[in-house]
Amino acid sequence: MSVLLIAEHNNKELKPFTLNAITAASQIDQDLHVLVIGHNADNAAKAASSVPLVKKVIQIDNSIYENYLAENFTPVIIKHAENYSHIVCSANTFGKNLMPRIAALMDCSQISDIIKVVSPDTFLRPIYAGNAFATVKSNDKKKCVTIRPTSFDAAPSDGGTAEIIKGDGADEFTLTKFVKKEEIKSDRPELGTARIVISGGRGMQSGDNFKLITAIADKLNAAIGASRAAVDAGYITNDHQVGQTGKVVVPDLYIAVGISGAIQHLAGMKESKVIVAINKDGEAPIFSVADYGLEADLFEALPQFLEELNKLNTIQK
Amino acid sequence: MKILVAVKRVIDYNVQIRVKEDGSGVVTDNVKMSTNPPDDNAVEEAVKIKEAGKATEVVAITVGEEKAQETVRKALAVGADRGIHVKAEGILEPLAVSKILQKVVEKEKPDLVFMGKQAIDDDCNQTGQMLAALLNWPQATFASKIDVKDKSLEVTREVDEGLETISVNVPAIVTCDLRLNEPRYASLPNIMKAKKKPLEQLSATDLGIDTKPRIEQIKVEEPPKRKAGIKVGSVSELVQKLKNEAKVI
Repeated sequence: MSVLLIAEHNNKELKPFTLNAITAASQIDQDLHVLVIGHNADNAAKAASSVPLVKKVIQIDNSIYENYLAENFTPVIIKHAENYSHIVCSANTFGKNLMPRIAALMDCSQISDIIKVVSPDTFLRPIYAGNAFATVKSNDKKKCVTIRPTSFDAAPSDGGTAEIIKGDGADEFTLTKFVKKEEIKSDRPELGTARIVISGGRGMQSGDNFKLITAIADKLNAAIGASRAAVDAGYITNDHQVGQTGKVVVPDLYIAVGISGAIQHLAGMKESKVIVAINKDGEAPIFSVADYGLEADLFEALPQFLEELNKLNTIQK
Repeated sequence: MKILVAVKRVIDYNVQIRVKEDGSGVVTDNVKMSTNPPDDNAVEEAVKIKEAGKATEVVAITVGEEKAQETVRKALAVGADRGIHVKAEGILEPLAVSKILQKVVEKEKPDLVFMGKQAIDDDCNQTGQMLAALLNWPQATFASKIDVKDKSLEVTREVDEGLETISVNVPAIVTCDLRLNEPRYASLPNIMKAKKKPLEQLSATDLGIDTKPRIEQIKVEEPPKRKAGIKVGSVSELVQKLKNEAKVI
């Protein structure tokens, strides 16, 4: 039994969630190999080989893999899948797009978004926006599994010396073309891995008012999140959305501001260690998951919050 | 251009989910059911493309028990031309559904297949990608904008880092995000008219697809509950608690 993990990277470095997926994959079986498909991605392959839990890295290099398209990645993965019992990757937009295309061609009923490895064929996964947990067992010979990265710690990333071997690519899929990616660059911590997240909802009333949140995020070195309502209203871009169909976050501290707490939003944040809710509606469902609730007008509370933080005079790193 | 839109009947998104005591699943008896929300966006987009004169026919399809037909009727009430109901009982895994859809696609020969990016019951996010694989078609998943060109689509996709645009040749599969459009409501006259639109009945068995689940559901349980929190009286109290009690700032 061996596990093949599909690395997510940008040809320069591994995406942080690959390390979380590696932890989960190594719990399935210790014979863990990582497939790095890309172009001029030697550094990403090296990064994968220095993860101590990784036993082997297979690197595929071709200019057609410079931009990630599931249509191009899938035949490569199928080609290399033969000797593995499990094909795994992160359950983010990368893996969600990719894995079912692989699974269907291997006639495997995929298990999505696992949060716990019970045994090599049995996994725990949330269903109904995390309102129920299902323990499921795969009876397929080869198993395709995606891993919720925030449910597993990141694997230590250095000290390993796994062998890197070069592998063959596959024919290009010419019917799909990458056009462009509008990546929002920010100096802030990434939403998925930040220690502190502060999120705004419909109660923010405008995109401009998010500056109240930004000021606190700067102070706490926090990532900025949002409810779907705030994104739909155009207050903030989609990459900030937390929830069932957005990102799942598990920070040490989650501060929900002007968010009522629809179950779809709770699905993305209720595993956070400490939850703070600031909302003027004392009956808002967000208070049912909050460790500390403050019933207040956010336009008064946020400036005060910043002032109190400044008084603490601690620099957060 | 012909568009096939797949819709799924699920527990309504506003219903508080209850887990059955015997651990066999969630309570579905006497629970409000409706169309999976992003499937509504898929229907809306197909109808809009037809209204813009870029499609000639919109066919809505569902797979499931008898009552799943309601979702097709709803699609017909907002502008789909005809419907298909493929009858199948029990838990339907995305792999089985995509095999059924593949059979129907081979018969109907649509240029595009639309569906929601994810069903809010099993949260699998698989069917569209699986269908694309089985047909060896392009897949444009998590679409928040679709531009119909001559023989292709330019699709903006919502990805973790922001937005990505890809171009896919037709025929193609598109899975729709909630932000793609604002689904319309069906008017009463249109609901009445929808009852007269053709709805073809097929079954998974007729199509030769075995829908027996491959994944064994061992148990379904409630997630761990959070312990009850407290309300604080002021911002300064909140900050003190976060610093001294929770020790997170």
